[in-house]
Formats: sequence, C-alpha cells, structure tokens
Amino acid sequence: MTIFLSTLMVGLRLGSIYALIALGYTMVYGIIRMINFAHGDFIMVGGYTLVFTMPVMTEKLGLPAWTGVVFAIIVCAIVGVLVELLAYRPVRKKGTGMSALITAIAMSLILENLAQAIPAIGPNPKIPQVIFPASSLTLAGITIDTTTIYTIVVAGAMMVLLTLLVKKTSFGRAMRAVSENKKAAVLMGVSVDRTILLTFAIGASLAAVAALMYIAQYPLVFTTIGSSLGLKAFVAAVLGGIGSLPGAMLGGLIIGMAESFTVSYISSAMADTFVYLILIIVLLIRPVGILGKNVREKV
Amino acid sequence: MSRKTKGYLLNTAVIAVALLIFFFYRNSMMEANNKNFRLSVIPSVWQCCYLIILSASLNLVLGFMGQLSIAQCGFMAIGAYTSALLSLAFERAGFYTDKSGFNFTVVLILSFLNAGLLSALVGLVVGIPALRLKGDYLAIITLGFGMIIVNLINNLPFAGQNGLEQGSASSSLYENGLGFSSKQQVAWVFLAILITLFAVTIMFMFIRSKYGRAIRAIRDDEIAAEACGINVSHYKVLTFVYSAFFAGIAGALFSCCNGSLSTGTFTFANNSILNSTFLVVMVVLGGMGSLTGSIVAAVLMFLLNRFIKEGEWLSSAPQFVQTIFGYPMLVYSIILVIVIVFRPKGIFGHNEFSLINLPADLKRIFSKKKGKEAGV
Repeated sequence: MTIFLSTLMVGLRLGSIYALIALGYTMVYGIIRMINFAHGDFIMVGGYTLVFTMPVMTEKLGLPAWTGVVFAIIVCAIVGVLVELLAYRPVRKKGTGMSALITAIAMSLILENLAQAIPAIGPNPKIPQVIFPASSLTLAGITIDTTTIYTIVVAGAMMVLLTLLVKKTSFGRAMRAVSENKKAAVLMGVSVDRTILLTFAIGASLAAVAALMYIAQYPLVFTTIGSSLGLKAFVAAVLGGIGSLPGAMLGGLIIGMAESFTVSYISSAMADTFVYLILIIVLLIRPVGILGKNVREKV
Repeated sequence: MSRKTKGYLLNTAVIAVALLIFFFYRNSMMEANNKNFRLSVIPSVWQCCYLIILSASLNLVLGFMGQLSIAQCGFMAIGAYTSALLSLAFERAGFYTDKSGFNFTVVLILSFLNAGLLSALVGLVVGIPALRLKGDYLAIITLGFGMIIVNLINNLPFAGQNGLEQGSASSSLYENGLGFSSKQQVAWVFLAILITLFAVTIMFMFIRSKYGRAIRAIRDDEIAAEACGINVSHYKVLTFVYSAFFAGIAGALFSCCNGSLSTGTFTFANNSILNSTFLVVMVVLGGMGSLTGSIVAAVLMFLLNRFIKEGEWLSSAPQFVQTIFGYPMLVYSIILVIVIVFRPKGIFGHNEFSLINLPADLKRIFSKKKGKEAGV
C-alpha cells in the first residue's frame, strides 16, 4: 500500500511537470498548427539560466533560490521569440508544412548544440543548488515530499491562470481567433504575428517554470535534458487532445502515472518504450486525443 | 532510337568507363602499396556508398511521397545488426574461416539479403499503423518507432559484447564476422560500388514506374490522388517498405566497413555523421524529389563532414569558430535552416541530372546568369 501511494505521488509530480510542458506544446500547436520540436529545449535553456542565476539570488541578494525562475522565464521567453522570428516565421510565410516541420527539428538541434558550444555550459552536466530544502509532510500516515506538493500546486495554478488568460482577456480572445481562422482574425483587427509571438513567449515561460520544478526534484542539468522530457510531454499533449488546455493537463497526469507505475511495478528500462507505445496506440485509435475536437478535412 | 534511350545509354556508358578507370587506378595503387589510398580513399568510398543508398532511400519517402519519416536510422540499425550477427553465426559454425572464396561470398549475399528483408518486414509492421497519420504526427510516431527499435536491440540478449553471447547489448558488437580490415576493404570495394549502383538503379526504376507516378500524385494532393483511384494507404506502405529495404542494405554495408557496432550510432541525434537528421539534411540539400540530387548531396555532405573533422584549417581558425565546428551537428542544422529558408527546393529541385541534358542545362544557367549581370 505504501509503495502504491508513493508511486501515485511520484506519478502526480512527474505528471504535473509533463503537463506544464504539454501546455506550451498545445498552445503553440493550437495557434500555428505546427509542432514546436524546440519546445523541449526551452527547458534546457531555463535549466541553465537557473543554474547560473540561483547562486546570485541566494548569495548576493539573500532571496530564496527559486526566485531565479524570474530570469529563467525572461530568458526562455526571449529565446522562444527569437526562434519564431528567425526561423519559423520566414519558413511559414513561404514554405510548406513539411519545411516548417524540418525547420523545427533543425532548431531543436541548433539549440542543443549551441548550448554545448558555449564555453560556460560545455558538454558536461551541471548540478544546480538545492532549490527547496528537503522536508516532508505527514498526512494520515502518508509522508509526502514538500517538493511534490509545490510541483502539483504550481502546475494547477498555472493551468488556472492560463485558462483565465485564454478565456477572459482580449489577448486570449485574439489567440482563439487566430487559431480558428487567420484571415478572418486579420479582418477583425487582430495582429496575427504579434499574437503568435506572444504565444511563443508564454509557452517558453511555462517551460522555464517546468524546468524549475524538474531540477528541484532531479538536480542535474545537461544539454539534452529537454529532448526526452519534451517528447514525453508531447505524447501527453497528443493524448489529451492537442490544442486543448485541460487535455494537456489530463494527458500529462496520465503519462506521469503510466511512467511511475511502469517503473515501480514492471521495469525501469521499459518505461520509455511504454510511454511511446501509449502514444502509438492513442494515435491509432483516436488521433485527436481524449478531449480533442474532430475536424474533418474539406476539399 | 529515342532520346530517352540515348540518355540511358550515354549515362550507363559513362558510369562503366568511370568504373573501369577506377579499377585500373585501384590496381596500380595496390601494386604501389599506397598507404593513403588504403587508409583514406577506400574507407571514404565505402562510407559514400552507404550514405548514397540511405539518402536515396529516404528521398523515396520524404521527397517523392512527401512524408517525413525519422525512423530511417532505426531500419539501418536492423540491417547492420542482422548482417553482422548472421555472418558471425556462420563464422562460429565454421562455414568459412578466411574472408574470401566461395563460402564467404554466399554468406555475404545471404546476410545482405536478410538485412534488407528483415528491415523491410519491420518497415511493414511499423508502416501499416504509422502511415495512417501524416505530417507532424507521422514524424513523431516514426521518431518513437526509431527509439523503440534501438531500445529493443539494446535489450537483445544475443547482440552483446562478443556477439551471439550473453552480455549487455548497449555496447559494441565486437569481433564482427562481416567486418573488413582495410586490406579487405580494398579487395571488396567493388562489392560496395556494385550494390550501390544496383540499389540506385532499382530506385530509379521504381520512381519511373507507375508506382512512382502514383506516389508523386499522393505527394501533390492526397485527396485528388484517391479520387483518381490510387489506393493511397497501399502505396504509402509499399514505398515505406521499399525504402526500409534499402536502408537495411545500407546498414549491412555499414557493418562491413566497421569492425564494431554500437546502438548509440543509430539514435536520433548523436554527434557523429550518421543520424536521421543528417539524412534529412542530405535529402533536403539535394532536392526533395531528385535521386541524383540525393547522391550528389550525400557525397557533398560526406566531404563537408570530413573537412570539418579532419581539416587542418581548423587549428588556425579563431577560437569561437573552432568551438562551433567542434559540434558538427550545429553546422548541419544551420545549413538545413539556411537551405529551407533561402532555397527550399535544394540543389536539383524535382529534376534529375542526366548527361544528355547537360549542355542544354548549362546553356540555360549561363544565360540566366548573364541576364542577371546585365540587370535584366
């Protein structure tokens, strides 16, 4: 029973992190119908920013370590905007869907390898400082790590904030308009390019928050940290229904659970294979995902 | 005689003459016991051969059918491991002892064929479900399949350190029965060249046949193609399997010219020359929909890779240039983005290179340039 409960908590924690990343995938996909392969690498950017800013925060300013996330969010947003401006926008304006896709893969590789080429980062993994001091809560006989609670709370809060942003603000309305019909949105006075840029910035900021929560639990940052995390989060986004915010959250939690239960009860080597199998099965049975809308292709 | 036949005859004749020249060149070099030839030129020829097959086979799916698959290196891994393990099994069974003679040739043919067939079989199993999707989803699902293939090979109990013996398979397969030493590579170099010529010819025949026309129709408009009575999913799976077969053959060539195999070589993005992204770079650079373009791009990218890895110019370059070129994948992905942004159709576009058209093509390019210079 204890194993079951602790596995459940690990699953919830992992799932919350996947959900945070999946939200970024879903937002960008919803608006430009393209998978941003480089999204996973925004996590890496955020992670390294945290590694470099957290010592400054604690030693020079005396603030808690997690406040470094402010810088991580800023840097990630800038990188996200740059990727859109330098690569995706020119290709989207003149190329086909295929060339946009290839550009996205290339951008992901560029970010990963560029990070290695920067002397301060280098190819070796870096160990960040402790973010949340180790402590735990005991509730009705179950011990829960505080980091786990923070992760779940933060992911939930982000989800609520994002839903409010999309549903209640004028920017959110613009986003929904662009995702539904770009030409009509332009006619209604929405600046499509600016909306897409802002979406990239928000998606990348979510990746920075995910990076904070991830390295709080697994304190190791390396240049390919984002590729497997990003891929699993993508699986989560597809599972929940890409383009749907609650879907991303649900998908993230399911994937997190699946992974932690496979590791606990079957084998840790099979965890990744299992996650990809889920993806394949979902794509075959219901390609639009659990909460996705089925759109018919018209000629 | 039609112009088409003339073109074929001319190209075949030139290839035959080039092969003959290479044959005499090799013999004279062997007599002179030229070390540079043995250790540098011949391994390059081998590598170019499998790169050409790989990029051409990926072009069938990516360029002619318009579907992005990133599982190509997974199929190559299957080919490489199948041929290596099979030849190793024959060697352990005592079917051949030295790497020459009739018995070895039989084993060679068997392992090449099996490498291709097994890859094609896995391609069929992967392709039937995967090709129901398109675009981004297909890319992701093939990425997943590529990873699963490598993961499974890693966990095979018999693909371990010594091959066919128990051991952790994530590391290399040493004592590869098929692996050629540098001298054997010189002796068998025509095997690689002939297999490449054979593979490319068959792929050419494929794209010139009714199948090729059908898959190009699918690329241009899937719904219209279906309305014209083309069985879209049948042709998609067929092309995928066809392409996987040749990727497997390329894998077998790969395991011939490498003494050891490791699954790390076949993952999605490693820093060596061989990964699925590098293949995509080759296809895009050569032109999606041009087999000759793929061949030219494969050789070009191979030379570029060599230039980066072994060039002496690098040590005299400024520090930051050295750092950047220390990560070749960075250079390749930048090339990929630049090509896609500024010349999305690559070197050849949809056109094929043929000697009979060369004078006319040159004339056209030259006159275009002249026009540009004159400001027309």
